[in-house]
Amino acid sequence: MDLNTLWFILICVLFIGYFFLEGFDYGVGILLPFIGKTDVERRAVIQTIGPVWDANEVWLLTAGGAIFAAFPQWYATMFSGFYLALFVMLVGLIARGVAFEFRSKDERPRWRGMFDWLIFFGSLVPALLWGVAIANIVEGVPIDAHMNYVGGFFNLLNPYALVGGLATLLVFTLHGAVYLTMKSEDEIRERARRASYKVGWAAAGMAILFVAYSAVRTDMFDKPGVGMLPGIVAILAGLSLVATRLFLDRRREGWSFISTGVAILLVVASVFLTLFPRVMVSSLNPKWDLTVYNASSNPYSLHVMTIVAFTALPIVLAYLAWTYWIFRRRTSIKQVMHY
Amino acid sequence: MDALALARLQFAVTTIYHFLFVPLTIGLALTVAIMETIYVRTKNPAFKTMAQYWGRLFLINFAVGVVTGIIQEFQFGMNWSSYSRFVGDVFGAPLAIEALLAFFLESTFIGVWIFGWDRLRPAAHALAMWLVAFGTSVSAFWILTANSFMQEPTGYAIVHGRAEMTSFGALLGNPQLWVEFPHVLLAAFTTAAFFVAGISAYFLLRRRNVEMFRSSMKIALTIGAIASLLIALNGDAQAKHVVRAQPMKMAAAEAVWNTQNGSAPWTVVAGIDQAAGKNTFALQIPGVLGFLSGTNHFLGIDQLQKQDVQKYGPGNYLPPVAVIFWSFRIMVLAGGLMILLAWYGIYLMARRRALEGRRRYLALLLPALGLPYVANTFGWIMTEIGRQPWVVYGLQKTMQGVSNTVSTGEVATTLIGFTVIFGLIAAADVYLMVRYAKAGPENHEPSPEVPLETAAVL
Repeated sequence: MDLNTLWFILICVLFIGYFFLEGFDYGVGILLPFIGKTDVERRAVIQTIGPVWDANEVWLLTAGGAIFAAFPQWYATMFSGFYLALFVMLVGLIARGVAFEFRSKDERPRWRGMFDWLIFFGSLVPALLWGVAIANIVEGVPIDAHMNYVGGFFNLLNPYALVGGLATLLVFTLHGAVYLTMKSEDEIRERARRASYKVGWAAAGMAILFVAYSAVRTDMFDKPGVGMLPGIVAILAGLSLVATRLFLDRRREGWSFISTGVAILLVVASVFLTLFPRVMVSSLNPKWDLTVYNASSNPYSLHVMTIVAFTALPIVLAYLAWTYWIFRRRTSIKQVMHY
Repeated sequence: MDALALARLQFAVTTIYHFLFVPLTIGLALTVAIMETIYVRTKNPAFKTMAQYWGRLFLINFAVGVVTGIIQEFQFGMNWSSYSRFVGDVFGAPLAIEALLAFFLESTFIGVWIFGWDRLRPAAHALAMWLVAFGTSVSAFWILTANSFMQEPTGYAIVHGRAEMTSFGALLGNPQLWVEFPHVLLAAFTTAAFFVAGISAYFLLRRRNVEMFRSSMKIALTIGAIASLLIALNGDAQAKHVVRAQPMKMAAAEAVWNTQNGSAPWTVVAGIDQAAGKNTFALQIPGVLGFLSGTNHFLGIDQLQKQDVQKYGPGNYLPPVAVIFWSFRIMVLAGGLMILLAWYGIYLMARRRALEGRRRYLALLLPALGLPYVANTFGWIMTEIGRQPWVVYGLQKTMQGVSNTVSTGEVATTLIGFTVIFGLIAAADVYLMVRYAKAGPENHEPSPEVPLETAAVL
């Protein structure tokens, strides 16, 4: 395997980490106003992701940095092309990050209510926009011969992309609901459980619609070289969502969380399988696609980055796992609140 | 304004704003780590209270630093995609490494620190803050590695019109990095020192929690005195380096239009007329320029312009001279005042005078809280504006780096959007900072629970 392919896989892994981990804290943020009926309950809900949300977001920053370092042309085309969409996402991420820290630092109900809204929208917006982005990336966007995106903002908001957006939004919400069920106690746990059922149907339905739509709009099911493989992986993701419900019925909360997580993992894998070796698909001319070869850094850069990544990643993963172990207990409305 | 001007303005706004929070994060992480370590060593609960008090202020500041940092990771691609295509091979690597080595460390262990008081042994808890402090410094190192490449490209080759990395060692061994990184790190420590000293002065003046704030003040003044003095020494070395590596920047910073040989005068203040290419007046100290710049042959702006035309082709290679000249002076003046204030405090401590009795000195420390912010901001303005018209010195001009598919309207939208959001965040941040600073160490739990019904706004 060449280094270009290795970095394509590494970036796929970083996105899996990002969507798996921050996926549930987006979900928790979206559910916050509905599951937390009182102030203390909301604080308990935020507490479930309190120690980890910030590190979860770093997966996105690392993925962005890795794209810049390994495939600068991909970084330049995507970030300048999806300009206003990224701006809206940044606004969401900024608002939510500040909101977690500032929310409980003033006791006026209006202050806290405002930041609860910011957490809600700041979680909802990226959850939605990632599906929009994914749909556009696999379907292809207008890219000219100079690797420049030549479509506008509204080009990105076609029906297929909106289905993709709703799919990620609902799947992340489900993932968050299941996480909350697993990490909370008493009433919050019961409400999160009921929300998992309600959202579960919608998430599974929208995910199936997205896969079916993808069969029409992309080469997910008839890709030269790999054939139906990306499509099959996507269908497995849908089955994993069904398994979530079966585990919930048996009150196996940990397993149901793993199965929403596996669904997310498989969706990302399917997207990257569909793309490879492309990183950005040009809807104007297949010759103008960005690939892991024409968009990459030189072999020396990739070599250096590979050494750094394989040295650092095991250490990072070890202390991340340790954090989840330290904070493995369920949170309760009776404990001391830090947020 | 065109898209280029707006993109530049946006970079200035987002980066200057981000850097209002970063130095305090770096410096205060170290300060809190020191305080908590004293607690672990002495078992004196007063130091735990102290670490928690400054830790609360740290967290308010940290949150804003983090979220405004996300923009930095995105905006090179959004507004400067031609630049990103050109230097991505070299410039992307330190950014990715920063995320991998520093961001994970900071964000993970700040979570452990906030939520881990009752789950970790005291020593392990203090270690979490040391890891945060280490992470913030590592972060500074890698982002400055990237910035140093823009100031003084090393370890690259131009292949097919793009800069490709040829030596990672040369990228890390960039001499600019090794004057710039200590400068920024020491500036961050000084920032935290004056932040802690300023707030401590407020309490000492009111004779509230005298014990704790006297101790805080001593820790702050010690850090501030050492760091501010080291910056002066480092700054001198940096200036001498920049004279050689980026002569135009230093020529502008000293407003020297014509090459000076031998013992030339150093200009204290001047009226600068860039259009006419001369100073309208100048207050000068004879014979000092050579000493300050480390050279007896200080190249002037006019000669450098001719050199650059020969080297890079026709064009105007002058940065805005007055901006750089004054930014440099404001930074140095603020730095000098900080050295005097910090060392006067050390003098008082050495004479075993009670700091809380020195009311005029304490009253000075309150506004002095702003000095590091002034120095940090103008230092960066000098560094970045002084590099113009280049985005990568000698390799790519700023105007060539901008995204060519992003419209003026789009840049204007994001510029206005970010500015408005930053304004709102600044208001909330200052409000909370003042509130929590004034609340003092007794107010342990942030704030009481809100009555249940009233909170349910949704």
